[in-house]
Amino acid sequence: MIVRILGEGQRTISDGDLDGLNGLDNELIAAVEAGDEDGFGRALAALLDKVRQIGTTLPDDEIVPSDLVLPSADASLAEVRELLGDDGLIPG
Amino acid sequence: MGMGQRLALIFKSKANKLLDKHEDPRETLDYSYEKQLELLTKVRRGVADVATSRKRLELQMQQLQGSSDKLQAQAQQAVQAGRDDLAREALTRRAAVNQQIADLSTQHSQLQAEEEKLTNASQRLQAKVDSFRTRKETIKATYTAAEAQTKIGEAMSGISEEMGDVGLAMQRAEDKTQQMQARAGAVDELIASGALDDASAPLGGKDDIQRELDSLSAGSDVELELAKMKGELPAGKAPQAIGSADQQAVPGAQTQPEGEAQK
Repeated sequence: MIVRILGEGQRTISDGDLDGLNGLDNELIAAVEAGDEDGFGRALAALLDKVRQIGTTLPDDEIVPSDLVLPSADASLAEVRELLGDDGLIPG
Repeated sequence: MGMGQRLALIFKSKANKLLDKHEDPRETLDYSYEKQLELLTKVRRGVADVATSRKRLELQMQQLQGSSDKLQAQAQQAVQAGRDDLAREALTRRAAVNQQIADLSTQHSQLQAEEEKLTNASQRLQAKVDSFRTRKETIKATYTAAEAQTKIGEAMSGISEEMGDVGLAMQRAEDKTQQMQARAGAVDELIASGALDDASAPLGGKDDIQRELDSLSAGSDVELELAKMKGELPAGKAPQAIGSADQQAVPGAQTQPEGEAQK
């Protein structure tokens, strides 16, 4: 499974390690839906830490789409809402 | 569905839109490759822009540090002259300058982080663009339009996700740079207005504290000279000396202290 952290590149995570991620991902989505900026920051930081910890960096010249794309660590709630709500924001 | 999956889908649908644009998917490869090269150029320019902003900040921080040092020296000079009011004024200004330096320093680290991220993104993109070119040629040489579809699909969503990511990184860096430039412009204006007492001001452009310190030391030089003159007059004769028979002693007493007062 390939996970991208925006601004940091992609990492490979073995399927067995995914369980922990799902829980954290759910917390994140709950915070976004509740508009809870603090909770969002905490959940995002925890999720990214976990991904960095269990993931292996993908070689730069490999071209594969990601199964998960995560916002960068300093992303605000508003930025993530924009990403989710309007795909016109993503250039290229 | 989780956040990560939703975002991944958004990137994928972007790639699919691109694929639908061309009847022969192989044309999409060439089109995308052109876009990749364009993006690479833009990212490199972006890295250069961020670096320029960072250097401008560094220059301003140096200027402000010069001001701070100068104000510190002025405060010491004022204290020595017994002018606490002047010293207080100099220290107050120094505190304001130091606050500016601290703010700029925070912005500087943010900008440096953006620069590093963008440089890394540019390297990743470069590696992927090179790899894409090889893959594109292989696909075009090996497969018919119909067969190429799936092969192209993966390459396209992979590269377009990367391009999307780089595009976002660029946008962030641009926003940060613009904020920084507005900020740097404001600091330049402050320095120009004299409010921050620019240490790099040309000679003659002295600030009010320096003017007062200068007149203070000029004044004390005069007092010193006067005291010295009085001390060198023969005892008991001072008030009556002028115009009397002792006049010969006066020229020597007048010239000597001038040289000593400068020490």
